[in-house]
Amino acid sequence: MTSLTMGAALTAGLHRAMAADERVIVMGEDIGRLGGVFRITDGLLDEFGPTRVIDTPLAESGIVGTAVGLAMRGFRPVVEIQFDGFVYPAFDQIVCQVAKLHYRTRGRVHMPLTIRIPWAGGVGAVEHHSESPEAYFVHTAGLRVVAVSNPQDAYTMLQQAIASDDPVVFFEPKRLYHTKGEVDLDGDVADAAPMGLARVEREGSDVTLIAYGAQVATALDAALAAEDDGISIEVIDLRSLSPVDYRTVAASVRKTGRVVVTHEAGGEAGVGAEVIASITEQCFHYLEAPPQRVTGHDIPYPPAKLEKHHLPDLDRILDAVDRVLDRPNSLTSAAGVER
Amino acid sequence: MYTLTTDEAMTALDDTARLLTPDGCRIADARLDPWVEDLDGAALRSLYRDMAIARRMDAEGVALQRQGHLGLWAPAQGQEAIAVGTARACRADDFLFPSYRELSIAILRGGVPADLVLAWRGEVHSTYDPFELRLASPQIIIGAQTLHAVGYAMGIQRDGGDQVAVTYFGDGASSQGDVNEAMVFASSFTAPVVFVCSNNQWAISEPVAVQSRFPIAGRAPGFGIPSMRVDGNDVLACTAAMRWALEHARRGGGPVFLEAVTYRMGPHTTSDDPTRYRDREELEAWRARDPLTRLEAFLRAAGDLDDETIAAIGREADGLAAQMREAVLTARTRPAIEVFDDVYCEPHTGLEHQRARFAAYLDSFAADAGSAR
Repeated sequence: MTSLTMGAALTAGLHRAMAADERVIVMGEDIGRLGGVFRITDGLLDEFGPTRVIDTPLAESGIVGTAVGLAMRGFRPVVEIQFDGFVYPAFDQIVCQVAKLHYRTRGRVHMPLTIRIPWAGGVGAVEHHSESPEAYFVHTAGLRVVAVSNPQDAYTMLQQAIASDDPVVFFEPKRLYHTKGEVDLDGDVADAAPMGLARVEREGSDVTLIAYGAQVATALDAALAAEDDGISIEVIDLRSLSPVDYRTVAASVRKTGRVVVTHEAGGEAGVGAEVIASITEQCFHYLEAPPQRVTGHDIPYPPAKLEKHHLPDLDRILDAVDRVLDRPNSLTSAAGVER
Repeated sequence: MYTLTTDEAMTALDDTARLLTPDGCRIADARLDPWVEDLDGAALRSLYRDMAIARRMDAEGVALQRQGHLGLWAPAQGQEAIAVGTARACRADDFLFPSYRELSIAILRGGVPADLVLAWRGEVHSTYDPFELRLASPQIIIGAQTLHAVGYAMGIQRDGGDQVAVTYFGDGASSQGDVNEAMVFASSFTAPVVFVCSNNQWAISEPVAVQSRFPIAGRAPGFGIPSMRVDGNDVLACTAAMRWALEHARRGGGPVFLEAVTYRMGPHTTSDDPTRYRDREELEAWRARDPLTRLEAFLRAAGDLDDETIAAIGREADGLAAQMREAVLTARTRPAIEVFDDVYCEPHTGLEHQRARFAAYLDSFAADAGSAR
């Protein structure tokens, strides 16, 4: 095991995938000589040369659209969208082409495309650099959507995404790029848990707390804090947002009977809404309390000085935990708020 | 300094490269002539045949839609010379990325009549195997395929191949970001790709002047891409221009842009009504420039085409049209559960769950039928 930042783990994962398969190419803005604005592709140009590490024009639809053609020629492109908020110009190519070509051609055309997106907030960035667009892609059939929360998953799941014959939208929390963790660099990726599986990060018996991406760390902090109050929280890292591993989720809910879901994206029609809807379909009779969401507000991402009020923090999560346990909480104490 | 010249530039017909006049007289063009020196009477007759077949099958498509057998059809009458001239110039291992109006190319690439209709009937999204015909599925999103062609061409470069990627789109698509991004990528990477813009004057109801205040071919040099404006109703000129373009791309010269100036004689699709947005005089003026009668006049004058041959080609075209109709009338809609097929390559638990639920639902009808007996 080696201690690596998530950024370094992603670089190592890319390097290993490129070394293992010469059809893997990486492309995006500034990913060559600069190594990407977050340095994730650092060193790849020197190692693999400009035919496999392609600095592209500044055109996101062009990046994804040409990657489609490269995939049709038998390559496995890994594209980097420089920031979450820059993916929208490529939206048509992703949802109308990348997602549908396999279906449209009745399985003849494969789209082994990995779309890496440095993602979400909490880093004090300017407008358009902190967005959480994952629900758009989860809503699109034909795409797989994953979000990593630690260096080991970053290393392993990136290689799994590249190896997949399906297109994968791969979300990397910017907030965690410099967070270190142990990584097994020599482990066989084929032996690792498939990227479609959720993981129980911490076992508990009173409440199931579901999170993904950088929010997993916040959820674990909340679980630790709740322990002081004698509340046992089970924390699940979804890892995959399409598909969601409902086997793991439902097993936990049947055990605890109480659910809180948290994510940075707005709650309206978000991943949390979908997860709770599915839980109520599958486990309604096990629920002891209405499931709760702790999400970003349904607002455009706020200016950096205000983002801490938007990002669900430990206290807002604990407040929701209190709600599902019917303990005193913000709604019972605040006058005039309808429950 | 570059300045806009006149509004007439984008619709003027006489600044297009041409080898056959509208009444079928061969004229010289120093740029194009060398590329078609080898075409003898038989070769030209073959181009005539291909265009006649394209027109006949297109007419059958319209008829099938009018008779309620197809949901929609995008007529290509008047534009046969572009599809035939350019696609015939390609090598079998070149890869073509068409829009929805170049259906006849599928036949030219070895497809069967059924490949043209089943998607418009709503049975499947596309029929043929793109890798078998080296022809991407028809693209409906305007201009999206131009980027795919450029990416494919970048792949050819990486494989060290000498194939060329070709993409087709219309004058309306020239306004799309994707087409412009495709030209930037193609030029920056010297990709072996040929852009074929069929300027058929109308993007549904919008005249080309709404898309472009300057000849569309004139934009390409601004991207560093050589271009040619060619008479899209002159199959000889289309062949020559395409041979030049393919050779340029194949030899490592990078992308080429062709603007083929033509006219869509019918509606955009069977859903719209062109009498609401264009004049009859305009239509008639273009009828006089018809690509088939033009080549026919030239071949007859040269003694290379006679009534008997035309009748034989007509019978052949009728036979293919009949096969197309047969494919529609005998089409069998797939079982409902197959809507879940091929969404993903690998198992997706969410979709598998939904599929199982729907299968159980479908099975419940069978159970009901069983209990009723």
